[in-house]
Amino acid sequence: MGNLYTSTTFMEHNSHPDYKYEMDAPTHEHDGINPSCGDELTLQLRVEDGVIEEASFTGHGCAISQASADIMAELITGETIEEALRLSNLFLAMIRGEELSEEDIEVLDEAAQLKDISHMPARVKCAELAWRTLDGILVPEQDA
Amino acid sequence: MIDIASNPYKADFPLLAAKPEIAFLDSGATAQRPACVLDAQRTFYETMNANPLRGLYSLSVEATEAIERVRAQIARLIGAVDDRGRALARDVVFTRNASESLNIVAKCFAPCVLEPGDEVAITIMEHHSNLIPWQQACRAAGATLVYLYPETDGTLTDEEIAAKIGPRTKIVSAAHVSNVLGVENPIRKLADAVHAQGGYLVTDAAQSVPHMAVDVRALGVDFLAFSGHKALGPMGIGVLWGRHELLEMMPPMLTGGEMIDSVTEQDAVWAPVPEKFEAGTQDAAGIFATGAALTYLTETVGYDAVREREEALIAYAMERLATLPYVQIIGPAEASRHHGVISFNVEGIHPHDVASILDMSGVCVRAGHHCAQPLLTWLRVENLACCRASLAFYNDASDIDRFIDALGSVWSTFHGDN
Repeated sequence: MGNLYTSTTFMEHNSHPDYKYEMDAPTHEHDGINPSCGDELTLQLRVEDGVIEEASFTGHGCAISQASADIMAELITGETIEEALRLSNLFLAMIRGEELSEEDIEVLDEAAQLKDISHMPARVKCAELAWRTLDGILVPEQDA
Repeated sequence: MIDIASNPYKADFPLLAAKPEIAFLDSGATAQRPACVLDAQRTFYETMNANPLRGLYSLSVEATEAIERVRAQIARLIGAVDDRGRALARDVVFTRNASESLNIVAKCFAPCVLEPGDEVAITIMEHHSNLIPWQQACRAAGATLVYLYPETDGTLTDEEIAAKIGPRTKIVSAAHVSNVLGVENPIRKLADAVHAQGGYLVTDAAQSVPHMAVDVRALGVDFLAFSGHKALGPMGIGVLWGRHELLEMMPPMLTGGEMIDSVTEQDAVWAPVPEKFEAGTQDAAGIFATGAALTYLTETVGYDAVREREEALIAYAMERLATLPYVQIIGPAEASRHHGVISFNVEGIHPHDVASILDMSGVCVRAGHHCAQPLLTWLRVENLACCRASLAFYNDASDIDRFIDALGSVWSTFHGDN
């Protein structure tokens, strides 16, 4: 996991997140908290015709949680709800230590960098926070 | 002047000797163990293993005696002796850890004395293990849990003690040394204040026993709890000492084997103290090894040397931390008031990131709420989390240097090299 902190691209997502802002007219909003770290995150989505047109987040937390949120927002923008859920499931499986196929790693793109977190149980919740918050929006949406 | 550059102790600790690349600064969570402790564990199983108390054959008697010797050793260690200096070994109860010891007091003693409207007073700096049991005890008894708040430097003032300990106070429970701030609390003053009201004083000595001589008579306490594993012993052994007449009046927390005198179909008569509180087979090897740990701590090394060396290490660490403008110390500014513990944050960087990056340099510190969420909430610490470096006499100047250098890496990871 040391690689994450030495990865300039990863650390950029923490220090200069492109998707960390409050959205004007979100269609969905959900809070995620991680009591053991004090991480707090609000995820906003603008979904039109089943497609995530815009994703953003606000809140505070460790570099892992913040960068993971920014990477996720970038990844899901322009995706359908179904595809975003698939990506989220892939990510969470990877963080739990499951082996992913080459194609799956490829679709996760920058998020695949967080794979090493699976070896740091104390940090798994940090990496997962944004994704679990996303599930909190999308799972009920898909069931509706 | 003590030489903290050299380290006469490291070789005694197999893990530290085998891993020269790490700086272990998490002894407040659990200590490392010297070889003599690991050997003692093995010796028990190789030479005296039998179930203590039950057997009528000599091997079992030997196992029982081994435990009883450690009981007496601990009684002497904490000053639980009679007027003629003889160990009051029977007032030492073996538990699994300090949490269990404190739970026994809160679950079995508190209901004997608490009435609706009474107060239990604890400090805001308590570890959850000396906090949640009192929440539960107060809830069950209809009593109120009252907090003593220190000054920002960690000092509990006489005014605060006078304001919070009054006629309704039945029990005061306080950490001897805070696991976050590192300060030593005025246990004697707290004891005098609550005794003046006819109440009782409980102290959590988990963070003091590894660092300083503790004397239950000098402190004036009624109960004292600590764990062996923070004092170089194996994990899984805790100690509860209580004044004999109080232990006598309490019911047991667990019931079952080895804690009875007689059992009928509908009833049971408890064994005397301390067996009354020790249901089931004890970790006899762990107790035996705890004895070896305390012998190493207090005789091979000795509290004077422990204290002198730890004070020098803390002073050096605080001096070097003061050169890092982005490090904020949580607790007193004076090094001499930090007993083994320095909590801190790095400006704008989450403590979990700090700990993860320190780990890349082999520096082991703890980060999080340190089982003291109410304290961190009260301190208004960002993220309700901080980092903690905790030292023991087996650390040396190179551990501190590695720690300080690694903090520089933490800062440059987030802010570049300048």
